Amino acid sequence: MKSLTQKCYMLLVYGLLYFPIFVLILYSVNNARFSLQWHGFSMRWYQELMRDQGLWSALFHSIYLGLTASLIATVTGLFACVYLFLHPNYKYYRSFYATLLLLIIIPDLVLGVALLIFFNITSTPLGFFSLLIAHITFCIPFVILTINSRIHTLDVNIYASALDLGASRLTALTRVLFPLLWPAISSAFLLCFTLSFDDVIISYFVAGPDFNILPLTIYSLVRAGVTPELNALCTVTFLISMVLVILSWRLSRKSS
Amino acid sequence: MKTKPLSIYFVYTWLLLFSLLPLALVFIASFLSRDSAHLVSLPLTLSNYDTLLSWQFANVFLRSLIIAFLTTGTCLLLAYPFSYLLVKSKYQSVLLLLIIIPFWTSSLVRTYALIAILKLNGILNAILLKLHLIDHPLSLLYSNFAVISGLVYTLFPFMVLPIFTNMERFDFRLIEVAKDLGASRLSIFFRVFLPNTASGIISGCSLVLLPAMTLFYIPNVLGGARSILLGNMIQNQFLVLENWPQGSATSIVLTATLILVLWFLRRQRKEDI
Amino acid sequence: MEGYLKFVVLHPSNQLLPTDMIPLIEIKNVCKSYNSLAILNDISFSVQPGEFLTLLGPSGCGKTTLLRMMSGFEQPSSGEIYINGLCVNHLPPQKRDVHTVFQSYALFPHLSVFENVAFALRCQHIGDDEVKQRVNESLELVQLGSFASRNIKQLSGGQQQRVAIARAIINRPKVLLLDEPLSSLDHRLRKVMQYELKQLQKTLDMTFIFVTHDQEEALSMSDRIVIFNQGHIEQIGTPRDVYETPSNLHVAKFIGEANIFEIKVQSLFAQDLITEIESTTLHCKNTGNYKVGDELHLVVRPEDIRVWSETEIPDTKGMLPGKIVDIIYKGSTVDVTVALPSGKIINASEFFDEDDDKLEYLPNETVWVHWLTGWEVLLPHEN
Repeated sequence: MKSLTQKCYMLLVYGLLYFPIFVLILYSVNNARFSLQWHGFSMRWYQELMRDQGLWSALFHSIYLGLTASLIATVTGLFACVYLFLHPNYKYYRSFYATLLLLIIIPDLVLGVALLIFFNITSTPLGFFSLLIAHITFCIPFVILTINSRIHTLDVNIYASALDLGASRLTALTRVLFPLLWPAISSAFLLCFTLSFDDVIISYFVAGPDFNILPLTIYSLVRAGVTPELNALCTVTFLISMVLVILSWRLSRKSS
Repeated sequence: MKTKPLSIYFVYTWLLLFSLLPLALVFIASFLSRDSAHLVSLPLTLSNYDTLLSWQFANVFLRSLIIAFLTTGTCLLLAYPFSYLLVKSKYQSVLLLLIIIPFWTSSLVRTYALIAILKLNGILNAILLKLHLIDHPLSLLYSNFAVISGLVYTLFPFMVLPIFTNMERFDFRLIEVAKDLGASRLSIFFRVFLPNTASGIISGCSLVLLPAMTLFYIPNVLGGARSILLGNMIQNQFLVLENWPQGSATSIVLTATLILVLWFLRRQRKEDI
Repeated sequence: MEGYLKFVVLHPSNQLLPTDMIPLIEIKNVCKSYNSLAILNDISFSVQPGEFLTLLGPSGCGKTTLLRMMSGFEQPSSGEIYINGLCVNHLPPQKRDVHTVFQSYALFPHLSVFENVAFALRCQHIGDDEVKQRVNESLELVQLGSFASRNIKQLSGGQQQRVAIARAIINRPKVLLLDEPLSSLDHRLRKVMQYELKQLQKTLDMTFIFVTHDQEEALSMSDRIVIFNQGHIEQIGTPRDVYETPSNLHVAKFIGEANIFEIKVQSLFAQDLITEIESTTLHCKNTGNYKVGDELHLVVRPEDIRVWSETEIPDTKGMLPGKIVDIIYKGSTVDVTVALPSGKIINASEFFDEDDDKLEYLPNETVWVHWLTGWEVLLPHEN
């Protein structure tokens, strides 16, 4: 029995939120280059997109970077979380968390700038590795936060219990802890990938000329102006992200 | 039980090396100068900070601050009732998902989507003209309005999620108790509901205010060359002017401001608790 | 004698023992400290095979730490732990023939009841048929025979605990360690589980080491009790020993209720000693060979105190006068609080007995209290 105003308000907000996307998708299939009038359905902009080699390489680079960074960040973050869970008396617990918190609070802009200076001083060439290091760095706190929130719901004696019953340390990890943490692990992985795939600010500062990535390519195209191919490209990017989000959401729902 | 301490040392070292150290370098760089051969060099100087004590910088700084506050305020006004409705709704999980989707998709892409709407021959103008609300198209793009719209559009979910999470934990029976004790609706709102959801509001504001000051690509795309905000300024100083010490100094001032604001907000939160 | 000597061995701990009396577990001079905070101080005792031993003490006294050292999750700072004659100080938990039932049960939420119980067997790569048979057997022992396919989250607290027990006994370990397993159950269920655990232990003829802070539980279940206090052992004995002859004031106060008087020995008479409480002369059995002038604590249990109203008995020699302060009717007993002239409070607990005295008292009524000579416990004075 929600009142009409309430329903209208919700619809309005969601409408405002999705209207630009809708427009974007609509114009990506509009058979006209400049006009806003509807000229019929066409997939030609997508076809032109397919032929653009530069964009394809940027896409593959972004995917490769995203997967690598996510994998490394997730694995190291996971083991760090497990260690902290099993050793609550760790000496540097508080300072570790303080460092983590600091990293989250620092705006992307300042981190990007800081890494730029760091790479310059250490004479690291800007390219894939600088991007990889930067992406792993901003992903790790999210991995740790995600996995930690799940790990704290576990009985603290579970690992000890497995050892007690005769499991080796490896078995206790793989047959007890990891299955229980699996939703959090995959959720963290997807989160990292999305963050890496969409990152503009940090990548802007630490990217090099040889390794072009999708967000930066889109950024330079966006500044050049509105074009239908760009509409198509953005639609595709949006749809990929949306699928990943829904996947991640379903995974987290399954666990709870 | 000696599981791998290696993992924690690895992560800790990584964080120290690639976040604390670089940040320290920024701080140091802000006191350096530059010469023709190097981007940063001695002698140590305070001139970078000195430059920031100018009206020009103050202008940029204040405008950035004002725009950030306006963005935060707008987000709050929109998100607060929205969160309330979300908490009361039956379809919570689906509705939440619909908020999360834009939250996680590229904000650059979504900002770009706004251009088609806001530009001179864009949709918004087309609609307004059709409805005869205006005679001439409004130049909405490349204005403060566009920048704020873009920021609100991007950061709206950042405000909704903390407020929603906090509201969800509100015990609505408190409202019944207040009614039972004879409080009016306005009184209930200001004296029961608002104080108990305050920490969510503060979290939301923190999550919006900070990016609102540092997301440089939104003002870049929607504000055009005229709109120089702090974020653009720093980006400019580093990559266009190649004045790294100056850029570092500006970054430090920005970070200091943000930490101050955060600290202030946290204090508010502690006082409420 | 010669026949007996054939069955004596030299135990690694340098004792000559008959083979069937080698203790299953031996704790020798074990100490444990964390960051210079001493948790356990010079703990020594042994556990016999087939025994139900309880480690009893208030929270924080170190009993759980000791249990963890026995299971292998902690190492002693000094001292040794022997299991079956072998020093296990550095043996990891997987290799010990000891299993633990944790206070929080620590069941694996992602596995079914069957798989939880089967876990230890799966680690040994035992074949499916044998696993099935042994798991069902284990579940039957804890009365959960039909629960094999259930999900852990569907079980009640009591059921979860039985699964934890079934899981720990499936390997028939030499020793089962139980860390306050009943503390989160409600009163009625606790009583049921106490009985069942005791039956289970007898059926399996396994050694149980049980940790609790509930002295009633310890008294009702144990063959022997080890009483801990602040990191050291106060007394080891059967429930009767620790209840009727506590070795010090702490044990006397911790186990059961106690009324404590501070007295001085005035004179000796044959096997009695004579002292005075509140101007009343009392005779006590001189159990500790005390001398005249010794300062002692006199401990009397509430159920040993008899309360008489003024009209009931003619002769009040050797009895203490007092006034009723509080009467609590408890169904099977009546607990009476009596204030002596000096203000000291005595608690008495009287059972209903049809042909006995009346048990209806009025507040502030004058009464006489006493106990039979020899029913008190005398302990040296402690500060």
